[in-house]
Amino acid sequence: MKTENQKAWFFVLPVLLLVAFNALIPMMTVVNYSVQETFGDNVFFWQGLDWFQQILRSDRFHAALGRQFMFTFLILIIEVPLGIAIALSMPRQGFWVPVCLVLMALPMLIPWNVVGAMWNIFTLPDIGLLGYFLNHTLGLNYDMTQDPVAAWVTIVTMDVWHWTSLVVLLSYAGLVSIPDAYYQAAKIDGASNWSVFRYIQLPKMKTVLTIAILLRFMDSFNIYTEPFVLTGGGPGNSTTLLSIDLVKIALGQFDLGPAAAMSLIYFAITLLVSWLFYTLMTKDDQN
Amino acid sequence: MAKITLSKLRHSYMPNPKSDSDYALKEIDLDWNDGGAYALLGPSGCGKSTLLNIISGLLVPSEGQILFDGQDVTELPPDQRNIAQVFQFPVIYDTMTVYDNLAFPLRNRGRDEKTVKRRVMAIAEMLEVTDMLTTRASNLSPDNKQKISMGRGLVREDVNVVMFDEPLTVIDPHLKWKLRSKLKELHQRVKATMIYVTHDQTEALTFADQVVVMQLGEVVQIGTPVELFDRPAHTFVGHFIGSPGMNILPCTVTEGVAEIEGQPVALEGPVSGMCAGKTEIGIRPEFVTLSTEAAARTAAKGLAATVTKVSDVGRHTVVECDCLGHRVNAVTDGGAPEKGASVHLEFRRDQTRLYVDGWLATQPEHLT
Repeated sequence: MKTENQKAWFFVLPVLLLVAFNALIPMMTVVNYSVQETFGDNVFFWQGLDWFQQILRSDRFHAALGRQFMFTFLILIIEVPLGIAIALSMPRQGFWVPVCLVLMALPMLIPWNVVGAMWNIFTLPDIGLLGYFLNHTLGLNYDMTQDPVAAWVTIVTMDVWHWTSLVVLLSYAGLVSIPDAYYQAAKIDGASNWSVFRYIQLPKMKTVLTIAILLRFMDSFNIYTEPFVLTGGGPGNSTTLLSIDLVKIALGQFDLGPAAAMSLIYFAITLLVSWLFYTLMTKDDQN
Repeated sequence: MAKITLSKLRHSYMPNPKSDSDYALKEIDLDWNDGGAYALLGPSGCGKSTLLNIISGLLVPSEGQILFDGQDVTELPPDQRNIAQVFQFPVIYDTMTVYDNLAFPLRNRGRDEKTVKRRVMAIAEMLEVTDMLTTRASNLSPDNKQKISMGRGLVREDVNVVMFDEPLTVIDPHLKWKLRSKLKELHQRVKATMIYVTHDQTEALTFADQVVVMQLGEVVQIGTPVELFDRPAHTFVGHFIGSPGMNILPCTVTEGVAEIEGQPVALEGPVSGMCAGKTEIGIRPEFVTLSTEAAARTAAKGLAATVTKVSDVGRHTVVECDCLGHRVNAVTDGGAPEKGASVHLEFRRDQTRLYVDGWLATQPEHLT
């Protein structure tokens, strides 16, 4: 006989409450705003899907979304290969292992707004170490407050500096879990360095790399603090990423309805792309 | 194919080894004949894997030379030595198919696809994996994975030696036997020299024509399974091989007569050399006869003992006795005495050996 014990629900309750308060309820308020218009005083007018249509048709949103994809694409294409390369060149044993690991972890320990402020000062053309060096020693015309290309180079470099370590540490964890016998067998089989990477290291790193890419995608797609502190979205709108634009609409213009609709669309895109990534990358394992 | 000679081989994992104990391998001189089936037997940490890695070239020895057919290969990397090695855990290339796995060593050496196909098909047929050639190697069971890693070793026509480093450790017991006989069959078919490293005496004795027993970085004895069982050159071999192992009893020797706690014991033959050092008597449990008190009194021979433990292991019974304060095992086929019974132990004379400082010191009668 099958026993049904309904008491089990009580054990799920705390989690349900936790999720409700930290995700569902705040999220529902956003849903609430996204279908209404308000002029303050807690007076709301039903708006239907107007805000969604407006956002989806707006050039401003398209531009911000384009910049967002561009940014995420650039940092992934740099951080993933670079992270793997650094992990491959790190020592596997001995005195230098903990030293390398700590050095690698350091950038990740710095608070996001501090990273933004650091790079802001670092790149100032007149007094910043890098800015001064580029302008006065190398004679380049580098000023990210004037030049959109310089601004892009700077935010991408900053993100690479801040987050490549994550890819490095995860790849390294994958690498050290490969038993020596694999390398020895490959040596005996006469495999080249490239073959060792292609057929041993890369397949063994695949799981952790999937996680690394997924985390880097989500983090970079939702990035706000660092570019906000560094460029504030400028010059012009050239580095106004989705989240920066969203804050401008919500808190700058106080358009709560469109901002709420935009956050839901933003959320849906992040979710969809993450799901696509994950499905594509794990597809191979199932057959 | 080649004859492998190890000459004055020593290896230490320390940068500046000083005493003998710093060496994982202490002075090894060995010849492996072309086409032989060898086993390297010894407990964990005795240096057998170190020796294997030196032969395969994964490790360069601190001192000494390795010769393949008289040619010095000590400094050559593994891929230039034409050797194959099968590891404890099956090494396969997960993302490749079984066919590509088997073809990998050949393709790396630039063989044309026609040769590759011919060799892979032949090996697959030999290993009975032909029907799996198109499956991805990661989906195989552990024993098939291990077969594939063996196959990668055998697929090259010109391998000098195939080495197995405890290859059956992760294989299910019922498949172990199958794979072991497969190995034996493969050896007869490909006629390559094979070296099988293990700490399991059954595996070593069933696979090899010649067994090399190692202990603490030294080779203690080389011989056929029968030789190792009959005349262990060292108490370690006696104890390590056999189930239960040889009984080793401390004794005194005065003017060629051995005595255990004052009771004389007849040896197989005269003692060669000096008897300075620790002297011990070695006798296999198979050659210890038990007789009851009454029967022994009439015959008036044997050592008095008390039975402390009786274990029925199926085919025969192992009787553990306390004999003058020492533990002695005896194997009997017939009825065993009960625990606590007083018995007399008789050692078969031609199987009673004397060991001085661990090494065999008696010669059989007929040789003298």
